Amino acid sequence: MAWLSLFLVRRLLKAAGILFVIVLINFALIRAAPGDPATVMAGEAGAGDAEYVERLRERFGLNEPLHTQMFVYVTNVFQGDLGFSYRQNQPVMGLILERLPATLLLTVTAFVFALAMGILLGTLAAANVGRWSDTAITTLALISYATPLFWLGLMLILLFSVQLGWLPSFGYESTGRDYEGLARALDVGRHLVLPVLTLGLFYMAVYTRLARSSILEVHEMDFVKTARSKGVSERNVMVRHILRNALLPVITFAGFQAGHLIGGSILVETVFAWPGIGRLAFDALIQRDYQVLLGVFVVTSVLVLAFNIVTDLIYTLIDPRIEVS
Amino acid sequence: MTSKHMRRAAHGSAGTGASATIGGLAALVLATGGAMADEPQHGGTLNVILDPEPPMLILGINQQAPTQKVAGKIYESLLRYDFDLEPMPSLAREWDISDDGMTYTFHLQEGVTWHDGEPFTAHDVVFTATEFLPETHPRAGSNFRHVESVEAPDDHTVVFELDTPYPAFILAFEVASFPIMPAHIYEGTDFNDNEMNDQPIGTGPFVFDSWSRGDVIRLARNDDYWQEGLPYLDGINFRMVPDAASRALALESGDLDMSSFNNIEPFDVPRLEELPHLEVITDGYEIAAPLAWIEINHRVEPLDDPRFRQAMLYALDREFIRDNIFMGLGRIPTGPINSVTVEYSDNVHIYEHDPERAVELMEEMGLEPDDDGNYAEVELLPLPYGETFTRLSEYISETLGDVGIDVTLRSTDSAGWADRVANWNYELTKNFVYQYGDPALGVSRTYVCDNIREGVLFSNTMGYCNERVDELFAAAATENDPDERAAMYEEVQQILVDELPVIWLLEMEFPTIVNTRVQNATTTAIGVADTFADTWIRE
Repeated sequence: MAWLSLFLVRRLLKAAGILFVIVLINFALIRAAPGDPATVMAGEAGAGDAEYVERLRERFGLNEPLHTQMFVYVTNVFQGDLGFSYRQNQPVMGLILERLPATLLLTVTAFVFALAMGILLGTLAAANVGRWSDTAITTLALISYATPLFWLGLMLILLFSVQLGWLPSFGYESTGRDYEGLARALDVGRHLVLPVLTLGLFYMAVYTRLARSSILEVHEMDFVKTARSKGVSERNVMVRHILRNALLPVITFAGFQAGHLIGGSILVETVFAWPGIGRLAFDALIQRDYQVLLGVFVVTSVLVLAFNIVTDLIYTLIDPRIEVS
Repeated sequence: MTSKHMRRAAHGSAGTGASATIGGLAALVLATGGAMADEPQHGGTLNVILDPEPPMLILGINQQAPTQKVAGKIYESLLRYDFDLEPMPSLAREWDISDDGMTYTFHLQEGVTWHDGEPFTAHDVVFTATEFLPETHPRAGSNFRHVESVEAPDDHTVVFELDTPYPAFILAFEVASFPIMPAHIYEGTDFNDNEMNDQPIGTGPFVFDSWSRGDVIRLARNDDYWQEGLPYLDGINFRMVPDAASRALALESGDLDMSSFNNIEPFDVPRLEELPHLEVITDGYEIAAPLAWIEINHRVEPLDDPRFRQAMLYALDREFIRDNIFMGLGRIPTGPINSVTVEYSDNVHIYEHDPERAVELMEEMGLEPDDDGNYAEVELLPLPYGETFTRLSEYISETLGDVGIDVTLRSTDSAGWADRVANWNYELTKNFVYQYGDPALGVSRTYVCDNIREGVLFSNTMGYCNERVDELFAAAATENDPDERAAMYEEVQQILVDELPVIWLLEMEFPTIVNTRVQNATTTAIGVADTFADTWIRE
């Protein structure tokens, strides 16, 4: 396994470098926006008092020169300290860890749903190319691809929560019921259905189209003809020969999109009042809660970097010809 | 009620003329008023919409509207106020104001305990007034500017001595202006960094239970509440729902019971009002009494000329704004003082919608139209507070364009807006400001010369300055004779209406939308920020 550890060490070092640059750029970008947390808080309080705003700035550490603040922040981040949100009176790490599970549950479920359904539908469409089921699947994919997320979310709420009353319209779980164990998992699951559909349908459409075209391409290749001519069953040809090759572009694309998924979750978390870090980031941006926003960026960057490493590893499992190096 | 489809909630009215020593009378009238309507039931949990999420629940440190909604159930002040802004007992059971208007004596309720079991005494009140709020509260400086001393002759009496009569002072004891903080927790500590700041301890009918960030804040019934038999509810859940359309759907489906302030966009209100299980209430914002206006930077030509500002007002159809953008929610203002607060006068020049007069005024000024027919070009910084204000900006831009004032919209987010307005880096913007019941507390700050302070929001950002206005506001604030005070406030309203430092658009009405199973949702002038001790649910 020496090659694996060498690969991991090299990739991790590279990732640390990228992370350093990301933190610097984010810090500079956020500070370029007008206004600071003290003005926002004075605005929200509906009253302004110069001394009050000055006291807030002092507490938030905004009186130090910018480069000092940046140096302190970057040093702290690489020691695992994401700082303190004076606005919320909580350490940033705690705020993020409290909200991260909800976002991971939402995005990972949506990702798995989108990938599994996308490959399944893409395969079905390719196997029945030109027939009505192919047309139905491509039409569904086109509609899902073209519908804005927030609108889809609202329409799903209108149908399943307001009209039919089958599913809850917002939130992570029912309050006041205090479910335990399996009952709680089921309750969260019911709340999860609409957000996952809303977030997942777009990506499902992307993977469906990608899988379909990729399969059709591989379908015509010589090794497939060879397999067929040596009498391999049609089902085996599809699963062992075509899919294995056709999925590579889908995996590459899925690896890219892990980052997008977190972006999309901001919208979905807002529409469904889902208490994840996407909303934490959005609120922090509006409130200029610098430390929280930077903290969320750091955590999501780490996630995306980790995801890319995992994607590269998955390649080698699917296609042994590719070696990690 | 200007708008025909608004209903008042069933409640008793406690308006009496006398201002001193009303004692328990008001509470009594209110209680019997409720009992006649229906017999209150104990039990049930209320689900209330909360947006945006408050940063913390320590009301002495943070007084944003969402903080008030939650913390107003945990903390209490000395007084509450009815819809006519007459004081009612709260932690003070009786109070006297001396004839010279300079000594305020409060007699406190006995047997009140903090949520951690410690007794509440006059020392807590003195500590809050002299140590806590002056350090943490953005309005404490002006509310207490005339206070010379605060003393506690015994455990249940507090005496405020003023250096001059200051009639507005009696309105400075609502819970967001003067939340009583526990001295035994905060005395001698750094208030902002106190380790108890995530465990609010008050005297109110509900105790803090839990806060799951981004999701829900839960309050539970205070079984040791000092008012026997209250509260009725077992608990209150405040649910964070960040999207306005989702909030409307949650009310519609019955998942949530109550919205307030600008939780629901006005254009959704008529639809929700049609539903049999929802009721719209517009009472309960008399302390806030928001007045919306176009704020104008007088440092920019031609905005420095009163005739140009008058021309803009003549060009706008404020009834159209009220009826089609705010969907009937609000009243057309006549001047700087909201008609639901004290000292309002309508004896002023009334500006009717008259676009031709607008053009005349601009020609009088010597302005000439350019090739496109525009007399002037101005930039409008929209208020980034949701869809309704965006629509308002578009209307203003269109309508002023019709009389030859070319408006460029320049959008920004709320932090950018605050930064630009506070630093005078704008031409026109919109703003709405709370009045806190008395012109001395919430109106004069916008217009007086010595409140022209760079970097401070909700100050005189226009740079308007008229010494007569300053004199009148200063004299009226400390005038103990009601008639003389009224005369001074009338004159100042006439001057301001003639000179139009800002263009008043709307006395805003916020809709409190409540599920009909909820009774006594609003009973005082702070509405949903009140204690909810007498709110109950009909099963």
